[in-house]
This record gives sequence, structure tokens and C-alpha cells, in this order.
Amino acid sequence: MPTVEVDSLSKTFAVADKQPGMLGTLRHFVKRKYRMIQAVKGVSFAIEPGEVVGFLGPNGAGKTTTLKMLTGLIHPTAGSVRVLGQVPFKRKPDLLRQITLVMGQKQQMIWDLPPIESLRVNAAVYDIPESEAKRRIDELADMLSIGDELTRPVRKLSLGERMKCELMAALLHHPKVLFLDEPTLGLDVNAQTAVRNFLRDYNRKHGASILLTSHYMADITALCDRVVMIHKGGLIYDGSLADIVQRFAPFREVKVELGGDVDHDTMQRYGEVESINGRIARLLIKRDDLTATINRLLADLDVTDLTVTDPPIEEVIGKVFDDGATGNDTNTPTVGTVQP
Amino acid sequence: MPRYFNILRIFWSASISAEMEYRLNFIMAALSSVMTLAGTVLMLFLFYRTGYEMGGWPWRDALVVVGIFTFLEGTQSAFMTPNRTRVTEHVREGTLDFILLKPVNSQFWLSVRSISLWGVPNILMGLAIVAYALITRETLPHLAGVLLGCIALLLAVLILYSLGYLLSTISIWYIKLYNITMAMQALVETGRYPITAYPAAYQVFFTFVLPVAFMTTVPAQLMTARGGAGWLLGAAVVAALLLMLSIAFWRFALRYYTSASS
Repeated sequence: MPTVEVDSLSKTFAVADKQPGMLGTLRHFVKRKYRMIQAVKGVSFAIEPGEVVGFLGPNGAGKTTTLKMLTGLIHPTAGSVRVLGQVPFKRKPDLLRQITLVMGQKQQMIWDLPPIESLRVNAAVYDIPESEAKRRIDELADMLSIGDELTRPVRKLSLGERMKCELMAALLHHPKVLFLDEPTLGLDVNAQTAVRNFLRDYNRKHGASILLTSHYMADITALCDRVVMIHKGGLIYDGSLADIVQRFAPFREVKVELGGDVDHDTMQRYGEVESINGRIARLLIKRDDLTATINRLLADLDVTDLTVTDPPIEEVIGKVFDDGATGNDTNTPTVGTVQP
Repeated sequence: MPRYFNILRIFWSASISAEMEYRLNFIMAALSSVMTLAGTVLMLFLFYRTGYEMGGWPWRDALVVVGIFTFLEGTQSAFMTPNRTRVTEHVREGTLDFILLKPVNSQFWLSVRSISLWGVPNILMGLAIVAYALITRETLPHLAGVLLGCIALLLAVLILYSLGYLLSTISIWYIKLYNITMAMQALVETGRYPITAYPAAYQVFFTFVLPVAFMTTVPAQLMTARGGAGWLLGAAVVAALLLMLSIAFWRFALRYYTSASS
């Protein structure tokens, strides 16, 4: 049985519309106008036990709304969600003991107290005996390489240290399902790596399922084999990370170094010219024509060096979001068509 | 149930140690409490100096009302105000999410999460005034009456809590509601003097619309042997109804909670 099952999930919000200026403010105060916004439209996917799934989408795509429906914080307008076989919106204690939510922008730590106090509160709430709680705290602290930060007031901790403590608080009850909403937001590279490694370890140790949103592709590539992408509330991709490039970028990047200077017009005959810099040209060439085109290049021109690479995944995904991919149709990708 | 007591213990010890971070606060609280109380007693004294009896309450008995008022004010600022402001904060910042995802009753959490030492001087002083007024009275009160009065006082706390929670629940819709504290303060404020000292229309309003009468006057009546047990029953009914209403209203409000989007 999948850990998380989402079936044609939709959410519509009424959002207050405010016109700018004093008059608008006044109108807004007296009589509010509401507009319906469909934040999530018919999204379906499933997560298996132990799976780490990246949840991608540009700002405002509906990621957080979906996460809130998955954790039962908001009620779906249509469709259904099952987490560990239960309906999350009922928020049954039995389910709540097995899930957790981490939000990069929000914190549950008590600001004026050392994190250890917040951890004690959570231990009591989740009914973890003191000795067991202590053992778990030591274990988590060790995995996150946290030491005396636990006894310093939260307000004196750095963002990275605070996030590590947030993770401890969120995982103290050893949840089976983790919903992580940008857990590495605003962290420096070292802290990001630490959080990533920790999540990977936790996933292996406890066989937990993880659904992770992040704007840092490095988080996704490091942790997730599979990604689910949404755009404007709709699902646009659900599959392996590696296939994204295939699906959305039917081009490969070819870098050729020539014996002498080349001009734009000549190169354009072989593919889409990305850049020309003296003797070095970068081309985008369709995957299907790759071999033939390279053969032509080698035959026609004085090539001294040639490398073929996939465009970086960040770029591909960025393009998907910019262009607004429309479907799961592999044969007619509407994105990835690069205009010069 | 033992789990809830354990949670309460940890909540309160955590929140007291948070308060201890600011030591000066406590001294200020004690000072301001003494000043306010002195002001109230002086006001009352000015009335009684000329032989005026407020709504038929002699000086000592009116002091009992002041004591109960001070106690309730202290209870409110120790146990209720810090939690009420937090409800609003949690809604505005979206951290209510974390609480809703805990396997614990959210109203319990939001009602007892923090306590503030600010109210403690008022609680102690209020009780002291009540004791002083009762002991120095011409006729010593009956023990039974005092006990009934104490029950009425507990009901008063419950009424105060339920009203406050009802008000803070509104922040689910109207996010910024810091004025709740002010409103509740003003409400208790009206209980400073015996309800019978107010004109008849106000008495009706303070009994049936805003149950202030049940908060200070009824306990004092029972303690000073001037009111029947009927009032106590009334207080119990009002308290039970308001408590149930606050629970039902909170559940209703949660259905509308969409939380602040990130």
C-alpha cells in the first residue's frame, strides 16, 4: 500500500482583491471583493514507503497548498488524499504521531528558550518517555552534529543551527512520513549539505517516506530519484529525475573547438547556436539528429575538439516553468524548444 | 489524562524559565499591581468616607468585591492574556499549523501553553484583600458561604476564560485582533464594584449580556452571606454554556482556517 495516495486533488480559494490607493483601501475595508483562485487542479500521484520524492514547481504553483492538504491542515475542494491509509483532514492522533511537517519559513521553536526546552515539550506531547527522548535527542544531535547549541536560546542561534534544531523537533517522534517545505531555505552551502545528508540518513535508518519541496536543485538531485512537478496548480511531470532532461530537453549541447575562427551563419547550418567565442562554438542539437550532425561537423569543418553534454537540469526545469509546460505528452514536448 | 498533566507541567516550566529571562519584568509587575490596587482602594474609600454605601454594600463587603476583582485580573494576566495574544500570533504567522499537527487537543494547547508571572502579585494581593475584609468584618462569615464563594470564584475564572477564548477564536477570520486583550481587560474592569452599584439597566446588561455579575459580585455575595445559592447555580450554568460554546466555536473556526500562505 502506498504511504501517500493523492487522487484528482483540487483546491479553490477565495482571495480578497484590493485596488491600490486610498480609495481602494477604503473600499477594501468596507466591502471586500473576492475572487476565486484555483490553487491546485486535479493532481494525482502516490508515494511508496521509503521513497524520497521531490516536489517541484515555481512560486505560486500550488506546492504549499498541496502539502497542507496532505498534512490535513486544509480541506481539499475536490479529490481525495490518503496518508498511511487515513484521511489527513480528520487529524486523528494516531496519524499525527506518524507524520511531520517542516517549513523553512516557519519555526516551532520557542524563541526565548534553548531548543532543548522545545524538544522536551515535543517529547511530552508525543508521549516519549524521558530516557527514550534523551536517547533520541542524542542520536539526532549526533546525526546533525549539533552540540551545545541545544542549550543556547533559540534567538542566539544562526539560521542553519536553528533549522537543524527544527528538524530535531520535527523528527523526535520518528515519523514515517515527512513533508518538507523548503527545509534548506536561506541556508549557506555547508548547512544545506548537512541537512541533505541528515535527511538521507534518516530516510535510510527509518525507511521513512519523504516529500520534499525546494528551490535548490542540489537538494533534489542529492535526495530524490523521483520528482513530481506542478505548474499553475496542475501536474506536469511525475517520473525519474533523469528522465526530465529527456522529456523536456530534447536537445543536447555540443561544444566544438575549431582550427580557425568561425562565423555564426556557418554554424547555424548544424544546429541552434548558443554562443560563438573565437574558435569555440556552442550548439544545441536535437537528440535524434545528434550522430548525423556530429558526423557532418567532423566532415565539413576542421574540428580540434568536441564535447557533448546534457543541458544542466536547473536550466531545463527553469525552462519548463518559464514556458509553462502543458502535458504529459512525451511526443510533443511544448518546452525545451529553445529560441535564439 | 496523566499525559495532559505532564504536558502542562512542561509547558509551564518552560514558560516560567522564558519569563525568568527578563527578571526586571517581575519587579515591575509587582510594583504596578500595588499601585493599581492602591488606586482602587482609595477610590472606594473616597466613596465610603462620606457614609455613602455603594448599592447597599458596606465598606468591608465592597472590599471583598475589589479583592475578587484583583484576583481575577491577576488570573487573567497570568493564565489567559499570554495565551490569547499567542493565538493571534499563531494565526498571523501560520505557526498554528504546527499545533494542529500535534496529537494533542489544540484548544488545550492554545489555552495553557504559556503563563506569565505578571499576574502573580495581583492574585496574591487579591486573595489577601478578600481574607482581610472577611476577617475584619463585624460578623464573621460562615465557612459554608466562603466555600460556596470559592466555587463561584472558580466558575468566574471559567467564564472569563471561555469569553476570552471565544474572542480570540475570531482571529481565525480577522487575523489581527490584539485588541482582544483590551476588550477583556475592560470587561473585567466593570466588575471592580458591586453590580448593584450600577443603574438597573446596566445591571441587567452586566448579568445577562456580559456575565460580569457572575464574575465578581456573585462570589462576593456568597462569601458575605447576602446571596442565595440560586446565583451559584446560575453561575454554573453560565460557565458550562460558555465553555461548551467556546469549544464548539473553536471547532467551527478551524474548518475555516486556511493558514497564512507562505
